[in-house]
Amino acid sequence: MTQPLLSIKNLTIDYIGENTDFRAVDNVSFDVAAGEIFGLAGESGCGKSTIAFAISRLHKPPALIRSGQILLEGRDVLDLDIQALRSFRWREVAMVFQSAMNSLNPVLRVEAQFYDVLRTHQGMNRKQARERTAEMLRLVDIQPDRMSDYPHQFSGGMRQRIVIAICLALNPKIVVMDEPTTALDVVVQREILQRVNELRKKLGFSVLFITHDLGLMVQVCDRIGIMLEGKLVEQNTAQEIYASPQHDYTKKLWASFPSLHGSKTAEAFAS
Amino acid sequence: MSAGSEPILKLDRVSKTFGSVPYLVKAAQAVSFELHPGRTLALVGESGSGKTTCARLVMREYEPNEGELIFKGKPVQTGNAKALADYRRSVQMIFQDPFSSLNPAHTIAYHLRRPLQLHQRDLKGKDIDAKVNELLERVKLDPALVAPKHPHELSGGQRQRVNIARTLAVGAEVIVADEPTSMLDVSVRLGVLNLLNEMKRDLKLALLYITHDIATARYVAEDIIVMYAGQIVEWGNINKVIDNPQHPYTKLLLSAVPDPEIRFDDPRAHLQTSDVDEVRRISAVPDARSICIDKDHFIRQVGA
Repeated sequence: MTQPLLSIKNLTIDYIGENTDFRAVDNVSFDVAAGEIFGLAGESGCGKSTIAFAISRLHKPPALIRSGQILLEGRDVLDLDIQALRSFRWREVAMVFQSAMNSLNPVLRVEAQFYDVLRTHQGMNRKQARERTAEMLRLVDIQPDRMSDYPHQFSGGMRQRIVIAICLALNPKIVVMDEPTTALDVVVQREILQRVNELRKKLGFSVLFITHDLGLMVQVCDRIGIMLEGKLVEQNTAQEIYASPQHDYTKKLWASFPSLHGSKTAEAFAS
Repeated sequence: MSAGSEPILKLDRVSKTFGSVPYLVKAAQAVSFELHPGRTLALVGESGSGKTTCARLVMREYEPNEGELIFKGKPVQTGNAKALADYRRSVQMIFQDPFSSLNPAHTIAYHLRRPLQLHQRDLKGKDIDAKVNELLERVKLDPALVAPKHPHELSGGQRQRVNIARTLAVGAEVIVADEPTSMLDVSVRLGVLNLLNEMKRDLKLALLYITHDIATARYVAEDIIVMYAGQIVEWGNINKVIDNPQHPYTKLLLSAVPDPEIRFDDPRAHLQTSDVDEVRRISAVPDARSICIDKDHFIRQVGA
């Protein structure tokens, strides 16, 4: 492997408390190669979302990055000034949040929300933006003539796809997806993630995929990191994480998923 | 659907519509099922399929437009306040969100003491406290630790256990659980599901388990109903339905369940598009649906 696209080195993040600090991320290091889907799995409170926010420096006080580096193509994100940071966000790192479908502005037409992004970052005029919007909507299987509709006129899955389309409009190098489909049905979830997977192959971006659903993660990701209480306890290819989990916590996570066929998996774990 | 025992609760061709023509939504159409003591029925479908409408019909939150509910062999009377109160005592619900279903201003002990005072009037003073402790122990919480606490001091899994204890305090015989584990962390989900399984076995409760996750449904349920667009499209023994689904929607739902064996690049991972198309075609054209019903093509029972 040549130089990784994103390289996180010894990242430590604290939440500053009045008396004591809470270490949310503890000395975490991992790389994401160009075009790769890297998964970060763990339960709520394990620090996976804190990492996601830190990558585009969207973390807010009381979160504080104590030490470490976040290198995107060798450049440390933590050293960027405000101006550089503005163009870095979205253009290089885009984010899809868990409640992304609610992050669309309800009083603006979808078209206007694309225009916002495209004008700010690429100085497009209305006409150019409209063409680009149509192109992006086609990518996520939404009819371009619906760009003049408002968000509430779309279903949850469609809204999530629109957010993904906005994210991809600037050709980012990496898309951070924090529980992108948790609020959606399994069928819609599958449709969206397959679309993301196809787009990734076509457009070549990387994905940092965050979820607690290990089964899904093994299907989608190339490599997976397992987090427990702020530490990255295991990191391996998806197949290895599934076939031969090393850490006890990974095994425990696997035992928590009832399976569809064969033994009900967890009965041994339960009794 | 399951022979051997008398159903405790039966829905007989129950329908519920919202709005009026031309915006009439048929949220539940001629839904029939039975709940048996000591058995779990899973109700599976995507959002908007009518699962929660069914739960609310069972809870008598909604009055059905057509059809009736038969509880212990008798139709549930709507006018009779006493009969309705009896019904409400016997049929209890566990909600999806454990964070908003407990009153933040009251202790856990209070949450359990109130239903005991209201519904088991012969219990007095110390007996009530003893019963509260017994209930907490039953759901595997430490009474000394948990009883004086407020809901915000408990984790999601603990709160859901308190909710289960609360249904037992009232003396529930039928429990409707609407996605009880979807907001919990994966590692505590199974604990809650195991508890439900145990309650069902030991207390002969009848459980209606509502979810869109077929894998957890299989973990707790013996029987399954698959709903789509307000209708039951397939029902039967859960293992038979999973191993040999008949309806295109059931097949679609099963193929979308995450399976670590099959990676996305594997052609098997792709949703069967013919299924997607067929399901959408059926749902988009209401006439097609009624035609299908007439021909007994759309609805099939699997392995009675």
